[in-house]
Amino acid sequence: MEAYAYARPTTLDEAVSVLAAHAKEGRRTQILAGGTDVLVQMRSVDREPRMLVDVKHIADTNRLEIGSETVFIGSAIPSAILNENQELKALFPGLIEAADLIGSTQIQGRASIGGNLCNSSPAGDTIPAIIAASGVCVIAGSGGTRRVACEDFVTGVGTNVLGADELLVGLEFPTPKGRTADGYLRFIPRTEMDIAVAGAGVALTLDDGGTCTAARVAIGAVAPTALLVPAAAEALIGTTVDDEALAAAGAACTAASSPITDKRGTIEYRQKVVAVLCRRAGANARDRALAR
Amino acid sequence: MSKVHVVTNVNGEPREMLCEPQQSLLEVLRDELGMTGTKEGCATGDCGACSVMLNGRLVCSCLTLGVEAEGADITTIEGIAEGSQLHPVQRKFLEHAALQCGICTPGFIVATKALLDRNPNPDETTIRYWLAGNLCRCTGYDKIIRAVQDAATELAHEA
Repeated sequence: MEAYAYARPTTLDEAVSVLAAHAKEGRRTQILAGGTDVLVQMRSVDREPRMLVDVKHIADTNRLEIGSETVFIGSAIPSAILNENQELKALFPGLIEAADLIGSTQIQGRASIGGNLCNSSPAGDTIPAIIAASGVCVIAGSGGTRRVACEDFVTGVGTNVLGADELLVGLEFPTPKGRTADGYLRFIPRTEMDIAVAGAGVALTLDDGGTCTAARVAIGAVAPTALLVPAAAEALIGTTVDDEALAAAGAACTAASSPITDKRGTIEYRQKVVAVLCRRAGANARDRALAR
Repeated sequence: MSKVHVVTNVNGEPREMLCEPQQSLLEVLRDELGMTGTKEGCATGDCGACSVMLNGRLVCSCLTLGVEAEGADITTIEGIAEGSQLHPVQRKFLEHAALQCGICTPGFIVATKALLDRNPNPDETTIRYWLAGNLCRCTGYDKIIRAVQDAATELAHEA
């Protein structure tokens, strides 16, 4: 068995070369950002030695850019930096509340939302929030750069579209304009630091009269992957996001879910709670949008 | 089994070490550098006993690799006191008996200093949330919270 090795590329080209060279030889690599999932897995469920490719020393994966048309969040930026960024928090209150829900102060000093996405857990809190905010994954590989909508990135429990020679460079979002805002809520049985039983992210755009003109709703921890729920968005568009519309959106979330029963909750409980979370996150997004 | 040569800075002093790529910073601090003030609790990032500062951020040294310390600035519990003079946070933990077995204490003190360095006057809720990643099974936390509040008051008077 091979021994562990460590590489610290400083450019995307260098990172891709290391990944591609190992892939060609059939040797395993592991991309390392904050390491808060990877290091735990290395010592428990997945002890096979591999080449660790630390992507934290690349300018592109650390780039945080808030432009008039797009916002780019590098994949290796620790969530503490995002949570402290007031401009980002004002633009994406839902995305930041999702990032801020994950882990302790210590974990947030390392963990990135790019890593949360690449870990591809069904319960990753930022994933529904990223999907709701129309996040696009910017991926670098031997074939150049490609872009994948966030809802298409995760393919199953712990799996995603990244090839062996690819890495996530960052996430690009359309800059919210006018009365556009998002919200994210999850349910856990305590107040801090637990894994979601269910989660829901909602992003809305309202017109001057308060009517919803665009919506995206995504749910987490109630299916093998986080899901975009177009039927829930359709239930909100054209309404003032009143209780009736929110109830219909919640029902659409329940219908789209396919949860399991485990120690955190039963199928029936998750189906019910995901609707409640959708309604409340939707109301939060609406109220934030109205305040703009 | 190729070890990696790492040059880092611990508590203001340059240090060199040879690390296995998969070795945690916690293991390196304790086993390679002999700095046993930093404690291992869970080794999965849940308990905070191994908290250190890495480039100005509070992190779990069990969830950081030793090789990642290359070129970094690290502060451990051994770097909190000034010579033989305890830091006010350390003194207040003693005065308030905010410890019993002591395994969690180095992590609490590093985390508390990190909080007070950025927020000299935190309210109780802020303190409790900031320290939520540090587990203590002895004190029931109230003595710790009182020690932190008292340390904040003293540091404010000093400033």
